[in-house]
Amino acid sequence: MLPEISNQTDQENQIIHLQEQIDTLQTKITSLENLKKDQLSIAIVSGDMDKIMAAMVISLAAAAMDTHVKLFFSFWSLSALRDKKKKADGKDFISKMFGIMLPRGRNKLKLSNMNMAGMGPLMIKYLMKKQGVLSLGQMFKEASELGVEITVCEMSMNLMGFKKEEMIDYPNLRYAGAATFVSEANESSIQLFI
Amino acid sequence: MTPEELKKVQVAKTVDARGTACPGPLLEAKKTVGTIKSGDIMEVLSADEGTKSDLPKWCAKQGHEYLGTIEENGYFKVFMKKK
Repeated sequence: MLPEISNQTDQENQIIHLQEQIDTLQTKITSLENLKKDQLSIAIVSGDMDKIMAAMVISLAAAAMDTHVKLFFSFWSLSALRDKKKKADGKDFISKMFGIMLPRGRNKLKLSNMNMAGMGPLMIKYLMKKQGVLSLGQMFKEASELGVEITVCEMSMNLMGFKKEEMIDYPNLRYAGAATFVSEANESSIQLFI
Repeated sequence: MTPEELKKVQVAKTVDARGTACPGPLLEAKKTVGTIKSGDIMEVLSADEGTKSDLPKWCAKQGHEYLGTIEENGYFKVFMKKK
């Protein structure tokens, strides 16, 4: 009788041990699944018209495929978020100079190539209209309707001397730091830098 | 589906995106697919060459069934069935 009992407890212990292993594996799998969301993170640093366009076209395509899109605007790209109709008071001299020298809004952006003192962007805009490519304005509108989130780098805002009251009206616009981008990019299955 | 079969298919809705370039047709398709019933067939007209490969990818991701493409004179007809 005795050996049989010990045999049975052995088996029970083995089953318990296996169950424990399955449990740990399951928690690991769920944490891995949560790690990569169907999400696209783009850090947009460039303020060139063509590069902002590239970022927006990729974002719209992703959003149309129900991928969650999170854009992080920093440095030169902030010019694309300026509202030409809005003005901010109380800036110091350098901030004012930056404000004058940097493009006032997405329609004033330069091309990274063939800018030709503003002729390039005019020609591209003409071609875009002719060929039915959405304008940057239309792209931002579509993006807002598809729930594309925009985060603006707080540090760049201070650096360029931009104020929140001169930025465009956009439903999902918020201000944050680099750690926000890093933690959200970590969850994303696609990360881009433009 | 073969082109002959596609020509005979009953289309519930036609999206004419011939006036727009990438990603316009995709955005129009997304908007319209919300207005049709499950199992309905939608055709997307596009003059944009990229649509031929973009829409099948979109269908695969969204779970819709891509039925095929017919080339017309200067544009494409892409057929899909809503999931």
